[in-house]
Amino acid sequence: MPEITYREAVRDAMVEEMRRDETVFLLGEDIGTYGGAFGVSAGMLAEFGPERVRETPISELGIVGAAAGAAMVGMKPIAEIMFMDFILLALEPLMNQAAKARYMFGGKATVPMVVRMPGGSGTGAAAQHSQSLESILMHIPGIKVVAPSTPYDAKGLLISAIRDRNPVCFVEHKLLYKVKGEVPTGEYTIPLGVADIKHAGTDITVVTSGIMVQKSLAVAQKLSQEGISVEVVDLRTLRPLDTKTIIASVKKTGKLLVVHEAVKTGGWAGEIMAVVSESEAFDHLDAPMRRLAGKDVPIPYNRFLEAAAVPQENDIEAEIRAMVANKY
Amino acid sequence: MTTWKKEEFDNLETTNVLKKSEELGLSHEQLVEMYRTMVKVRLFEEMADKQYALGKVHGTMHLSAGQEAVAVGAGFAVNKGDYLLNHHRGHGHFIASGADVNKMMAEFLGKDTGYCRGRGGSMHIADVTANNLGANGIVGGGLQLAVGVGLAIQMKKTDQIVLTIFGDGASNEGIFHESLNMAAIWDLPILYLCENNQYGMSANVTRVSAKTPFKGRAAGYGIPGYYIDGNDVLAVYEFVHKAAQNAREGKGPVLVEAQTYRYFGHSKSDRNLYRSKEEIEYWKTVEDPIVRFGKLLLEAGLLTEQKIEEIHAEMNNEIEESVKFAENSPEPDVNDVMEWVYA
Repeated sequence: MPEITYREAVRDAMVEEMRRDETVFLLGEDIGTYGGAFGVSAGMLAEFGPERVRETPISELGIVGAAAGAAMVGMKPIAEIMFMDFILLALEPLMNQAAKARYMFGGKATVPMVVRMPGGSGTGAAAQHSQSLESILMHIPGIKVVAPSTPYDAKGLLISAIRDRNPVCFVEHKLLYKVKGEVPTGEYTIPLGVADIKHAGTDITVVTSGIMVQKSLAVAQKLSQEGISVEVVDLRTLRPLDTKTIIASVKKTGKLLVVHEAVKTGGWAGEIMAVVSESEAFDHLDAPMRRLAGKDVPIPYNRFLEAAAVPQENDIEAEIRAMVANKY
Repeated sequence: MTTWKKEEFDNLETTNVLKKSEELGLSHEQLVEMYRTMVKVRLFEEMADKQYALGKVHGTMHLSAGQEAVAVGAGFAVNKGDYLLNHHRGHGHFIASGADVNKMMAEFLGKDTGYCRGRGGSMHIADVTANNLGANGIVGGGLQLAVGVGLAIQMKKTDQIVLTIFGDGASNEGIFHESLNMAAIWDLPILYLCENNQYGMSANVTRVSAKTPFKGRAAGYGIPGYYIDGNDVLAVYEFVHKAAQNAREGKGPVLVEAQTYRYFGHSKSDRNLYRSKEEIEYWKTVEDPIVRFGKLLLEAGLLTEQKIEEIHAEMNNEIEESVKFAENSPEPDVNDVMEWVYA
């Protein structure tokens, strides 16, 4: 299998779906000649033309509203929001229109749209270009939230998201764009709502997603050499949650650590712990569940401050060591 | 407070329906049908208000009595198959676009036979299969969606248009600018119909808008803008029809602002503290769109007093039937509460 980057995998998914289905189109800021702020749509204007690679004004509310309107009448738009932080300008069409149209109208509308948004810190872009806002998106019934961690998952999940009949928020971590991985050239899909055990283990379960999967895997591999067996569960889809896989893993290991970059308060780690608390896995816990999340702070500019604001490999490693040593 | 500027209207007042209808290519039967539809909207709303007073309507509702000429003039000026996106005060637009009043009344009463099977209520009535994409509980909500529908039409190369109806209140939302700008740069087939009833809830339009009429803003997008008498049903028909043609021919969007007035309060909690009884009375008597159009039809000999009474009786009957239909319909099954969150 050829090795390509996460960025290329996202592009391949869009290109293949646009070739296959003429109702799929991309809209967003600077996605044409510029190729998108992160170069994801490079070359697509040349292949598909300005109508299907629709460069918009800087109008996030208008972009997501337009995607919702087009989706309601039979198109399959992919809206690119340049930075996830800017989705806050467009929560209204996403949460009040796209998410609710089907329900409000008694099941008669479908809103098949994808909103792609690069999130996360690590680029020195500071507080308004570095957030991880998945938890806000997850709170609204009617929306799905996907956050792939590898090039393989990115392509398969994006194809599924484009084909899904619901509004899907597709969160791409900026630091993952350069990550390489094996990706088949042809078409394949990964179902939404299914987690993936990226590293099997028996001592502790780490439930995570996106960039933190990569970090957790590095730690898991390191610790395996010392005989600490870490199971890394990559959620891949944050809503709907694959509760079965989470519960089964915690039943097996008896310990749960949830890791995410988003700030701790109100973050989805709390939801994962609630799922376990309400399930039969609770009786299998032999230690308190723990969460390792971003600090409750806007992402700072300085590189050392920035790194200190979100979990790093050494934080994950220390937390796992403490938990398997029954320090809590 | 006087906020309308009659001297600035772009339309000439309709004084002779025979002459006007000939110019517009409307048959005499169509004129009578327009009158009948206006009466239907008025009686439907009065009945909805009554049902509310009787405690049969669970939520609130926003009544449009006084604005029938906008709904009917516009509804008759667009084609079947055109898309409609309207606002929370939208009963008239639906009836004018041919909606079934039985299903509307059933939705008000929250019944399973309603347009949205009791999930939407008055504020979210839609009939997506009939290209009626819904009233919207968010002020300016339709303006958000219109651009996408316009893009879809352009990509599918059909000869449809989008009629999006919004109020003076929505004209001050940020989406007004984003939507009109995008529609203008891409020449989208969208007809922006601003139904200016002079009050956004209690806020008088001139108090909260830097400059009125809003039609002046069209120049900023390089698109045509018109300010018309929204209580003159044939003037509404004329300008909406013209704007629709413009959009249909690929010449891009048009902004039409129709000046009108609502008789009822904003919603059911409104005690009309922000406007005078005299003002409301003036509009109800001198400017009432149904009285004005009826008078012209009488003068032209297209209606008689007796015929007018018959129309009222006939429409009244139809509305009463809708209440019976709604009352006899089942409630939705509570076990289905989670249906349709996801497709």
